Amino acid sequence: MTLRVEGLAVARGGEPVLDNLSFIVTPGAALILRGPNGAGKTTLLRVLAGLAPPLAGRIDLPPESAAYSSHADGIKATLSVQENLWFWSDLYGRARDDAVLDDFDLRPLRERPAGTLSAGQSRRLGLARLGMIGRPVLLLDEPTVSLDAASVGRFAAWLKDRHLAAGGLAVIATHVPLGLDAPELDLSRFRADPWTEQGTDAAFL
Amino acid sequence: MKALLVRDLRLAIRAGGGFGLSLAFFLIVTVLVPFAVGPEADILSRIGPGILWVAALLATLLSLDRQFALDHEDGALSLIATSPLPLEAVALIKAFAHWLTTGLPLTLAAAPLGVLLNLERPAFSWLVLTLALGTPALSVIGTFGAALTVGLRRGGLLLSLLVLPLYVPTLIFGAEAARRGAEGLAAGTPILMLAGITAGSLALLPFAAGAALRINLR
Repeated sequence: MTLRVEGLAVARGGEPVLDNLSFIVTPGAALILRGPNGAGKTTLLRVLAGLAPPLAGRIDLPPESAAYSSHADGIKATLSVQENLWFWSDLYGRARDDAVLDDFDLRPLRERPAGTLSAGQSRRLGLARLGMIGRPVLLLDEPTVSLDAASVGRFAAWLKDRHLAAGGLAVIATHVPLGLDAPELDLSRFRADPWTEQGTDAAFL
Repeated sequence: MKALLVRDLRLAIRAGGGFGLSLAFFLIVTVLVPFAVGPEADILSRIGPGILWVAALLATLLSLDRQFALDHEDGALSLIATSPLPLEAVALIKAFAHWLTTGLPLTLAAAPLGVLLNLERPAFSWLVLTLALGTPALSVIGTFGAALTVGLRRGGLLLSLLVLPLYVPTLIFGAEAARRGAEGLAAGTPILMLAGITAGSLALLPFAAGAALRINLR
């Protein structure tokens, strides 16, 4: 499985933010997205996940292979940690894999209502979803927000030893060094110039 | 599909899920109407089926804005949208869960509450029958409205304005069938129209709701 992107242009709120973006991510490899706030990291990940259509270009990705992880984890406060996780595994038609609880250090918390977790703990729960659904392509948007150093290390280890080692691939927007041996892509080089797309008469015709 | 249904039912029943809200509203309206209208038994039994239908419709409306808004706020909707379940199926399941937690309890509660409105004996079975036939349409139409307004802050007002006109045919045929049945007239035509509205909305609106969700998630 390979993620191949050619000549991609994406827009946020109708305004082009990235243009002429091309890259390839091969199995077992990760790509780190860099760029200042507003560079289009989240927009790019949402387009790759299929949540928004691209303006132009091609995304080569087998259907139903990508898992998207956003700033919000979609955790239900009144469900327990275990119920939250099992909902995702059931929804994706996967076995309820207990080992994921250990990968993300959630076993002591499994019966707790998710609403009583700390910010870092609920982030771990949100990331554990990725382990539960077992999709080969991970699209991660700032996965380490509100995690402490130990949890970042644990997550990086999971990513490297469990996900990438098994032939998965990942595109990660992050500012924190994860200790992965991965190339970085600076999105500010692909900034779209809004005036080339808009402001001409053609836009109104 | 079952996973989403089970989760939604669980969320509705647990604390803060709003399961009892519609039922409590329905109860309050039917208890208050006799106080406001006065104790004339024959007036109450004449307007009873219509009052119960309007109360059930408004009670359904009350819980609609939670349909997708909560999942959208905490990000779960984006994650569900990238799952193997198509958004059309998501909309259908959400509507079914909504019916199980509002339409079905309202239908079951209508008969005991009908006593307060002095319903005639034949009116009870007709009322339950028409509500059972009509409330699924209310849930599906409402889910479509909720999908249209999902990204909007305080979209509840717009949702009510959008959905109310779409509710009118269901209300007309539902209440008409209940009234005719209660008075011993032929109720076949309004019952068929009511069933037709429900079948049509069940068949078409999940697709419209799925498309609306897809656009609102961009």
